[in-house]
Amino acid sequence: MFRSTIALGAAAVLTATFAAATTAQARDQIRIVGSSTVYPFATVVAEKFGKSSKFRTPVVESTGSGGGLKLFCAGIGDGYPDITNASRAIKKSEIERCAKNGIKNITEVKIGYDGIVLANSKKADVVSLSKKQIFLALAKDIPDGKGGFKANNHSNWNEIDRGLPNRKIEVMGPPPTSGTRDAFVELAMEGGCKAFKEITVLKNSDVNKYKAICHSVREDGAFIEAGENDVLIVRKLEANPNAYGIFGFSFLDQNADRVQGSLIDGKSPTFENIASGDYGISRPLFFYVKNDHVPMVPGIREYLAAFTNDNAWGEDGYLTDKGLIPMPSAERKKYLSDAKNLTTNLTM
Amino acid sequence: MTDLITMPVRASKAGAARLKQRHAAERRFRFYGLFAICFGLSCIGILFFTIISGGYSTFSQTVVTIDINLERDLIDAKNISDGDFRKIVQNSLYGLFPEVTGRRDKRKLANLVSPAAEYQARDYAVANPHHIGKTISIQVPTSDDMDQFSKGVIRADLPESERRVSDLEIVWFNGLKEQGRIETIFNRTFFKSGDSRDPELAGILGAALGSFYTLLVTFLLSFPIGVASAIYLEEFAPKNRLTQLIEININNLAAVPSIVFGLLGLAVFLNFFGLPRSAPLVGGMVLALMTLPTIIIAGRAALKSVPPSIRQAAIGLGASPMQTLTHHTLPLAMPGMMTGTILGMAQALGETAPLLMIGMVAFIVDIPAGITDPATVMPVQIYLWSDSPERAFIERTSGAIMVLLAFLITMNALAVNLRKKFEQKW
Repeated sequence: MFRSTIALGAAAVLTATFAAATTAQARDQIRIVGSSTVYPFATVVAEKFGKSSKFRTPVVESTGSGGGLKLFCAGIGDGYPDITNASRAIKKSEIERCAKNGIKNITEVKIGYDGIVLANSKKADVVSLSKKQIFLALAKDIPDGKGGFKANNHSNWNEIDRGLPNRKIEVMGPPPTSGTRDAFVELAMEGGCKAFKEITVLKNSDVNKYKAICHSVREDGAFIEAGENDVLIVRKLEANPNAYGIFGFSFLDQNADRVQGSLIDGKSPTFENIASGDYGISRPLFFYVKNDHVPMVPGIREYLAAFTNDNAWGEDGYLTDKGLIPMPSAERKKYLSDAKNLTTNLTM
Repeated sequence: MTDLITMPVRASKAGAARLKQRHAAERRFRFYGLFAICFGLSCIGILFFTIISGGYSTFSQTVVTIDINLERDLIDAKNISDGDFRKIVQNSLYGLFPEVTGRRDKRKLANLVSPAAEYQARDYAVANPHHIGKTISIQVPTSDDMDQFSKGVIRADLPESERRVSDLEIVWFNGLKEQGRIETIFNRTFFKSGDSRDPELAGILGAALGSFYTLLVTFLLSFPIGVASAIYLEEFAPKNRLTQLIEININNLAAVPSIVFGLLGLAVFLNFFGLPRSAPLVGGMVLALMTLPTIIIAGRAALKSVPPSIRQAAIGLGASPMQTLTHHTLPLAMPGMMTGTILGMAQALGETAPLLMIGMVAFIVDIPAGITDPATVMPVQIYLWSDSPERAFIERTSGAIMVLLAFLITMNALAVNLRKKFEQKW
């Protein structure tokens, strides 16, 4: 028995040396990181690309937009990703971080739009909310009507507006690390908070306070952080018809028999309304390409071509089946040519 | 004296009452234990029931037989694999339902079968180039929605707007069924392919092999190191402050949350040594760190349980300390060590948190061929599927859990058997 142990030990040493030897080889597989919202789209393209081309299927990691850009900007070389997906545009600080690590040639490709929905169970009625009402329901501090602010004391929807149901405010949403949360706060909450004169005044006098008021979500139990797993939110909504959940349009699209999207400012979250921009809470999705990696890793150009093909991101492309809202054709044309020529289109 | 003997304890009334009380307490105590076991068993029962009832349908797949005309115009004889097989499959479906005309309806019709159809047609044409221009009949999976409809997960009695399958699609499906083209077969794809975004093409093999490679590395690293440390600490190390400190630290390490090992792996193996991301090699190294304390502690306990008389006898007969160890102590302690190792491995098999940090939580289609290929592991695959919007992934998730549970049960059964077989009674 001891002999075999020695043999195993020797085998371990052998594997370790073997591993060290193989890592020296160049990478022949595209590596993609980034947003969990873009992940369902990027993976579909990656899989089709792998099956229909001679290249290996790219590896796609779901790290969140911020985490992805952090990895992306860490350096140039085999150990760093080639492409990062993001559900928001790259920030100035991130461009600077990239530049500091020698990554100066980045191509930004917008791939389409995603709507964020506030949905509830099919067992309850559809509600129609304005952004102002969303703000009043979910903000930490709300105007007290005398020019100051008070802690949000709304416990039922009908306290905000008599027309709303007499039910407890219970909204489940993603945690602050999520791009969906960022977008919801910026588009819905800030959109609603602009409806108050005393807050718009703040924007010019005290930007920090303005941001604190508009972007702070209440922490007294009315807003429940339900984690990044949107499937779980859908299941919880089914069990609790009084609750609402915040998630991406693709989940509403796939679960239309269980949950329904609330109307926002009178518009329901349908494919057509989001595509036309009528629905108020939608955001662009992007990916970023490290151009210096194109000669190093085979297949990047071909992957870009597969993604920017009208079969994929066009009005009838397969990505729309997965819930992506396509861009207008002029915008598609611009990003198609950027992707083709690997234009460095980021402005510092 | 005789008084004492003849006086029965039960004679006193108070004594009889106390005895009754004690018996009742005894019964209650047994009942608590029984209740605890029943509670535990029913929890496991519920768990197994929900998983199996939700997941057994993973193992069947609805397929449809379609006649595909390998049109000469759409295939270049010199470069067969680049032919427009998507169009070929679409045309054959349009041929089945010539009354369908609208663009939207045609698109729906084309989505009735899985995207696998075009790859199947392509592979067929590449393998049989002389069949180009002829009509062939192949069996392809239906799309995930039609599969779910066929399995009754998507119900036809709901209003059309509330289900993923439209009335028209149901009419087509029933039409195909009447022609005898629809069948339900065993889902082999699930066991022989890697991940996919199309539920009907997704399989567990890639993740299972990833788990295998990861555990192989974990075992090759942690077993020899763990056993050697256990032997040294138990048999040779002097008992002093330093070894005490080491012992306390090993016990502490066993309780460190696994994500910490992942962070360590990211900092040391990836960033410092530059090992590849998402590779089972690094995953195995991280999990080896995690299982080492378990193996050392189990190994030391096993060595401790070998009676000192055996060592003394061997030494007394002139064996060197190493001979005593290799000939007597270690073989006797080995079953205990193996049990500890297998339990450690079973724990490592179910781990996801440390792998998140080193990039093994990723969408990987290609099946890994070695320890440096990108791979994921089974619990990660379960997590990824549970987070996918497509409805059919819910049953795939349960199916994958069943496979993982089967592995875990096998490993634990192996541990119990090893112990039973080699156990030495003193």
